[in-house]
Amino acid sequence: MAVPKICGIETEFGIAHTGADDSNPITASSLLINSYLSEVERTGEGGPATGVSWDFEDEMPGNDIRGIAPLGSLAPEIETHLVNAVLTNGARYYVDHAHPELSAPECSNALDATRYDKAAELILIRSMESAARVLPHGQELVVYKNNSDGKGNSYGCHENYLMARTTPFSHIVVHATAHLVTRQIFTGSGKVGSEAPGLTTAEVPFQITQRADFFEEEVGLETTLKRPIINTRDEPHADARLYRRLHVITGDANMSEVATFLKVGTTAIVLAMLEDNFLPREFRFRAPVPAMRQVSYDLSLAKTLELADGTTATALEIQWDLLDQARKYADSHGLDAVGGPVGDMVIDRWEQVLAGLETDPMTLARQLDWVAKYRLIQGLAQRHGLRPDDARLAALDLQYHDLRPERSVATRAGLEALVSVEEARAAISEPPSDTRAYFRGQCLKRWAPSIVAANWDSIVFDVGDEPLRRVPMMEPAKGTCGHVRDLLASCDTAADLLKRLGEAGSR
Amino acid sequence: MAEREQIKKPAPQREQTDVEDAPAVSAQGEDLKAELDELLDEIDEVLESNAEDFVKSYIQKGGQ
Repeated sequence: MAVPKICGIETEFGIAHTGADDSNPITASSLLINSYLSEVERTGEGGPATGVSWDFEDEMPGNDIRGIAPLGSLAPEIETHLVNAVLTNGARYYVDHAHPELSAPECSNALDATRYDKAAELILIRSMESAARVLPHGQELVVYKNNSDGKGNSYGCHENYLMARTTPFSHIVVHATAHLVTRQIFTGSGKVGSEAPGLTTAEVPFQITQRADFFEEEVGLETTLKRPIINTRDEPHADARLYRRLHVITGDANMSEVATFLKVGTTAIVLAMLEDNFLPREFRFRAPVPAMRQVSYDLSLAKTLELADGTTATALEIQWDLLDQARKYADSHGLDAVGGPVGDMVIDRWEQVLAGLETDPMTLARQLDWVAKYRLIQGLAQRHGLRPDDARLAALDLQYHDLRPERSVATRAGLEALVSVEEARAAISEPPSDTRAYFRGQCLKRWAPSIVAANWDSIVFDVGDEPLRRVPMMEPAKGTCGHVRDLLASCDTAADLLKRLGEAGSR
Repeated sequence: MAEREQIKKPAPQREQTDVEDAPAVSAQGEDLKAELDELLDEIDEVLESNAEDFVKSYIQKGGQ
């Protein structure tokens, strides 16, 4: 059976420092996060684990699933000198590549992933408010949840999925590529114009995704240059003998909860199916990289993609086939690997959305970001008689992703919510209950002063008299509320916990 | 590999649902249009006043 598709979303946000003569995005990002951390600590709202820093012990972004990285491939560098906080909800909040980044905690299903994605938005909104209070009058930090500046610079919203080490990587490449190229029809956040070399707004007035313009390779290690559809970073943040972590870098950051839910939910199901060797048909594209763009540029959803076997299929047809397999998979294998009942919800939504896309995409203006945005862009263009390259349309595109409540267009667009505001608020400081994020978050809530550092797969304790103790968490599905609630409740101090864990370890 | 499967078109019940929904959709269409107009009014209010400068000054460093 497929291993549980533990998943997490990490988002690099766009940031603008307005009213300042010269601003540096790294300084702005640090200021944004530091203001949040200090203000929230002072007001006792909960969220940051004070004084606990991120532990870089297990970071090996240069490791390549294929073994030795090809000569000339560029491994991402780790910036250790910048602000790097751990939150009691199990997340990491830090500055990465001149952007504020929030890596949400590990979740067992797509609905939780959506909830923590929403909590991340609330954290960024709170950060902007905190920064406004320390900045000189007339200055402001503005955060955008998008993936491009419209000038050829992109920043990512990545997804991570737990995979069995035994699943052949070539198998992942084929099936995940088919899904990642074609899921764009519902995961796209929409974009005015194109940033691909040589294309103008006249040729591509509007496209389905933010990211498709930036992919240049089929498979590779890079994330910032020559981005590949399938990323080969081999950094499992878990027991490497059992697991790998599939790092998906093709997706858009979504404002729509339905889009986030489907992005993660359908991908988790496709990965579970391929892991269980369930997919009978391989959709190998003749040219996967151009296929990414073709799907993104085709608002009619009618153009066919050429397959390596000489046949053709549309993105929608491939998605219908994957959905059909998912239903059969649910019957024969169950959906425990993707969150049980949440998996059923994903399949129902998937069908609704594909049916809507087939009939008339505009019926999905409350569900999908690209449709919601396209409707507004068209509406504004018609109202004011704007040409496709009018700056007001590009401005509307950017402002769709503006997280300031008083400016955000997405929050005015009537998007359907899957998560209540209360649930999202609770997720700012409470970890998910059914992954190891629970153990991380609870330890941070209770014993932050005795914790030196934490990361995805371990916590380092300092309880005074003893040497530093690293508590490993190599199983992402362990350390849940069910596993450790009683243990945690029985310990008053971090020292108690280490003692109990030591006893358990020596038994 | 097994014989290539014919890609399935949406199941019949889905098409039926679409047909049944058709009258509702056009009534809904009117509502949507009115709602879009209202929304565009609001957007005209919140949109950055100098769109040209705003779009030009939004420059990000490439990330991941």
